[in-house]
Amino acid sequence: MYAFEIERPTTLDAAKAAIAAGGQALSGGQTLIPTLKARLAMPETLVSLHGIADLKGIGTDGAGRICVKGATVHKTVADETAERFPALSYLASRIGDPAVRNRGTIGGSLANNDPSACYPAVALATGATICTDRRDIAADDYFQGMFTTALDEGEIVTEVKFPVPQAAAYEKFIQPASRFPLVAVFVARFADGVRVAITGASESGVFRWTAAEEALTATFSPDAVAGLQVDPDGMIGDLHGTKEYRAHLCNIMTKRAVQHAS
Amino acid sequence: MPKDSGIGASTKRREDIRFLTGTGKYTDDINIFGQTYVHFLRADVAHAVLNGVDTTQAAAMPGVLRVFTGADFEAVGSIPCGWQITDKHGQPMQEPRHPVLAHGKIRHVGEPVAAVVAETREQARDAAEAIVLDYDELPAVMDMKKAIAEGAPKVHEELTGNLCYDWGFVEENKAATDAAFEAAAHVTTLELVNNRLVANPMEPRVAVGEYDRADDMHTLHTTSQNPHVIRLLMGAFVLGIPEHKLRVVAPDVGGGFGTKIFHYQEEAFCTFAAKALNRPVKWTSTRSEAFMSDAHGRDHVSKIQLALDADNNFTALRTETYANMGAYLSTFAPSVPTWLHGTLMAGNYKTPLVYVNVKAVFTNTVPVDAYRGAGRPEATYQLERVVDMAARELGVDPIALRRQNYITEFPYATPVAVEYDTGDYHATMDKLIEIADIAGFAARRADSEKAGKLRGLGINSYIEACGIAPSNLVGQLGARAGLYDAATVRVNATGSISVMVGAHSHGQGHETAFPQVISEMIGIPEDQIHIVHGDTSKIPFGMGTYGSRSLAVCGSAMVRAAEKVINKAKKIAAHLLEASEGDIELKDGSFSVAGTDKSVAWGDVTLAAYVPHNYPLTDIEPGLEETAFYDPANFTYPAGAYACEIELDPETGHVKIERFSAADDFGNIINPMIVSGQVHGGIAQGIGQALLENCAYDADGQLISASYMDYAMPRADDLPFYSVDHSCQTPCTHNPLGVKGCGEAGAIGSPPSVVNAVIDAIQSGGMNVAHIDMPLTPSRVWAAMHGARTNAGAAQPAAGSSDTAHARSIGGAA
Amino acid sequence: MKLSLRVNGRDVTGDVEGRTLLVDFLRNDLRLTGTHVGCDTSQCGACTVHVDGKLVKSCTMFAVEADGAEVATIEGAAAPDGTLSVIQQAFQDHHGLQCGYCTPGMVMTAASLLRENPKPTEHEVRQYLEGNICRCTGYHNIVKAIMAASGQEMPAMAAE
Repeated sequence: MYAFEIERPTTLDAAKAAIAAGGQALSGGQTLIPTLKARLAMPETLVSLHGIADLKGIGTDGAGRICVKGATVHKTVADETAERFPALSYLASRIGDPAVRNRGTIGGSLANNDPSACYPAVALATGATICTDRRDIAADDYFQGMFTTALDEGEIVTEVKFPVPQAAAYEKFIQPASRFPLVAVFVARFADGVRVAITGASESGVFRWTAAEEALTATFSPDAVAGLQVDPDGMIGDLHGTKEYRAHLCNIMTKRAVQHAS
Repeated sequence: MPKDSGIGASTKRREDIRFLTGTGKYTDDINIFGQTYVHFLRADVAHAVLNGVDTTQAAAMPGVLRVFTGADFEAVGSIPCGWQITDKHGQPMQEPRHPVLAHGKIRHVGEPVAAVVAETREQARDAAEAIVLDYDELPAVMDMKKAIAEGAPKVHEELTGNLCYDWGFVEENKAATDAAFEAAAHVTTLELVNNRLVANPMEPRVAVGEYDRADDMHTLHTTSQNPHVIRLLMGAFVLGIPEHKLRVVAPDVGGGFGTKIFHYQEEAFCTFAAKALNRPVKWTSTRSEAFMSDAHGRDHVSKIQLALDADNNFTALRTETYANMGAYLSTFAPSVPTWLHGTLMAGNYKTPLVYVNVKAVFTNTVPVDAYRGAGRPEATYQLERVVDMAARELGVDPIALRRQNYITEFPYATPVAVEYDTGDYHATMDKLIEIADIAGFAARRADSEKAGKLRGLGINSYIEACGIAPSNLVGQLGARAGLYDAATVRVNATGSISVMVGAHSHGQGHETAFPQVISEMIGIPEDQIHIVHGDTSKIPFGMGTYGSRSLAVCGSAMVRAAEKVINKAKKIAAHLLEASEGDIELKDGSFSVAGTDKSVAWGDVTLAAYVPHNYPLTDIEPGLEETAFYDPANFTYPAGAYACEIELDPETGHVKIERFSAADDFGNIINPMIVSGQVHGGIAQGIGQALLENCAYDADGQLISASYMDYAMPRADDLPFYSVDHSCQTPCTHNPLGVKGCGEAGAIGSPPSVVNAVIDAIQSGGMNVAHIDMPLTPSRVWAAMHGARTNAGAAQPAAGSSDTAHARSIGGAA
Repeated sequence: MKLSLRVNGRDVTGDVEGRTLLVDFLRNDLRLTGTHVGCDTSQCGACTVHVDGKLVKSCTMFAVEADGAEVATIEGAAAPDGTLSVIQQAFQDHHGLQCGYCTPGMVMTAASLLRENPKPTEHEVRQYLEGNICRCTGYHNIVKAIMAASGQEMPAMAAE
């Protein structure tokens, strides 16, 4: 790693000041630290969000949304949403491994927007709102491609508000080396329709499979997606799976998510 | 009733205590006063002319002591190769120079080009970034078949081409073999890839070089399976340091699996630089460096053909293999596809004619050398896949076809120049059928099918050769070293024993198992016996641990030394008991005179040896310490039968191992608990090869699977509990312990049964898929089930060119 | 940067760079070399320790982030008189280690698992170990040791 300083503010205002002064936010570090080890980033100052109590915890707002503060670790989400939103709890409980889940945060995951990360799927499928220290961003506007988001330089994810679906499920098919999703699908059924978000598969990062959404909104049944096909063009093709295979898995994982949605 | 000590007891491992409490001492735990750190600048292109290395700016950076380049090593030797193969025309293999740091040319991604030594690790790395390389990139030589075509770019300009050797074995059998194919009632042909693997011991390699100017003494602490071999290779061939001025220490080593046998540039560098700078120099590999600098394993592309007569007897076998050597010849690389592979091609079968052809090829990739099994997994995989395919083509039971062709009379001289001393292949197959509950398979398959899954059962036999020897034979075969081993049994005055062994334990439990043997021989408690290994200044000599040889070879040396000790102790006891030496018996730690109640305890005899007041000084010397060197008369031949049962999700192509069973014949067993553990680990690596692991390059020579993000290591939830048995025992006839070796069997025996099981499952679903290349990733299996090419893969252009092995030479992606 | 923390029940202080990883502080400054480094992508788990009672990969956390924390490493797992913990003893009894390199991380992970889930199923054990790679044992005896440490009956397949 290149040399850098670490600041450990205890309030969001202090963190914002440190970041405004040129610092880079450090949340759980589960992606950033390996990146720094490979010398792929060269920050002068890291600003740890770990000590900011206001950035941790899970609540519910007036609209019934589950509100997860930005520096909340995956383990806490898994433990505390099990009854209110089991599919979210399950998703969080299967990110990385137990040690990663004790450090990695929802804000860090969404800010990084790895094309194979889990959280983007639930955020997009539920139409979550990503709240920052500056504004609220709708998930449909937030995800802008592989490792790209609507966040401006230095903007901090402070909270994520998830509308709770009537039924939902997350189906993940792992890439056996990294254990990230090779393809994973979050299906969320709301009173006004079904949303389907897919991660791991596309060169453009997480995306909504609108054809499946329309079919499932009409008939919420595994068979509804049977004849649908994601276009292999634009899928990731690599050592672990061809474009065609990923496109195929989009269909299978969606079908299984619908089967398991509760 | 299981024994609780000595030979055959599952004694708990004494070394576990330090490993479980964090007090093990691995090489990276060694820090020496005044230590500096080296960072190697490694090539990020596969093939280039290296015009110059500008170190000016780097040398001036904070903390930098010196920047080394290839020019600094022009006067030292080449990293040596320990085995010379003679080709089918009687010519020696082509052997290129292997520099410590690249000089004039870059030949693989990861090759060290320059080295910065600095006060801290980060300073060294900072400075390495300031080194400017001037190079002109060349086309990467990746595809083995294209590499040996006319006009192909050369990895080494000074060689005639990229063909290291073209080996025929046994060349005199070729015509008869070809004639047998002409006359065959049925011929089964299979083309396959044995995928390139990375050994990945969990401890990355580390080297700490030290130099004591006062007595001109060099010390290298290194993560090695064989410190004496490193001392010889590095001292004699690279740096010109005589053995008495060079100490090599391999302390606790965190796994080896072959890749820590070899002598590496980083070891030579740290030893060299420690003297040049008069400071200790430490290198700790990162995992990312390990992927591009540890010797890789396997990487064969083969065509195998089996000829059968009208009664399904095997009449002939022939193979044609392209074996990837990588950019340079690693220590034992040339021996792996030849003597460790061709000699095993008869397998467990009495096929009268076998011909093996191997073309070893240089490419712009990391050198390839022995990895757990080394040549024998490649032989077993080809053979057991083609036998399975033949059974399918002929519509006969794969177990019955194997049984019909088993060798049943021993000793048995194979047509590939080895003599199996003993074995009972029907016995291990019988045991396998029992422990794998093959009778219950049909019901389990029906259950899987009810759940929408396919279930498959794969079976195979295997035989391997361990304890490579004897030295005079391997010398004729091209080995540049002897393959004996040595041990010193030092009995202390009060009766406890230190045994200095040439074998090196890096997970095998020698510190526990070896004392079991001595304890059995003398009758004193195991805890009175201590094993010393891993330090050339403490051990008389040793060839180290690889090829499942430790107990069969070094253990035999230890037995011989202990026998000498006992013989001398009997003389002392005879003197003390005033009896004839021939009447002295040793039992339970006591010497007695046969037929009397006169006895003297072990400790009294050992004390007399060191306090020789009442002692036959005119006949024997004081003291009680003996050394033996043991050179085996033959290889040992562990063999067995394996079964894998898988469930396949037809929608995703995902394969789940449901059951895995192994029935092995290892001859006599010293510690059954340790033996089972060795088999478990080998099976996991074999399943890893079959389903998960793939060291892949792209066409430009960039390593795609360069970290654990892309190289799939087997995890706990990828694997089941295994059912292993080693109760079928035909003891080795030519070593004193009757042992055969158990370290590699699991990795040798398991890949074919996994692939056979997947093919069985797919065919049970009505799809005619004859073969899929390893690893059988979900993407590959799914593609095969949907009519795609058996080796279809997207990421590796060289792999997707055709569906025959003849037009491709690297295992494919996905 | 200065930090003070408790490690295995002992108060310690240090002065580190921002980039100093917790594992390097443990190994180089405190000479607690039982915690190992096996990769650089946060996959292998050889460096696993407990920070404030939670399982953490010490190669993926900066030392200064442990300022004020309670850290437990393998060196603190046995009783002061050297008696092995139940988990450590089970690893020896069931041959749950070979080369020993991954072992500290395995033991720390097993301790965390059994604290969260005292009677895990075989599947739960295997899943909890997904961040810890062992190359020697094929996991058979590790899973067996953890099941045994939890005081449960062994599945028939694990008998060997």
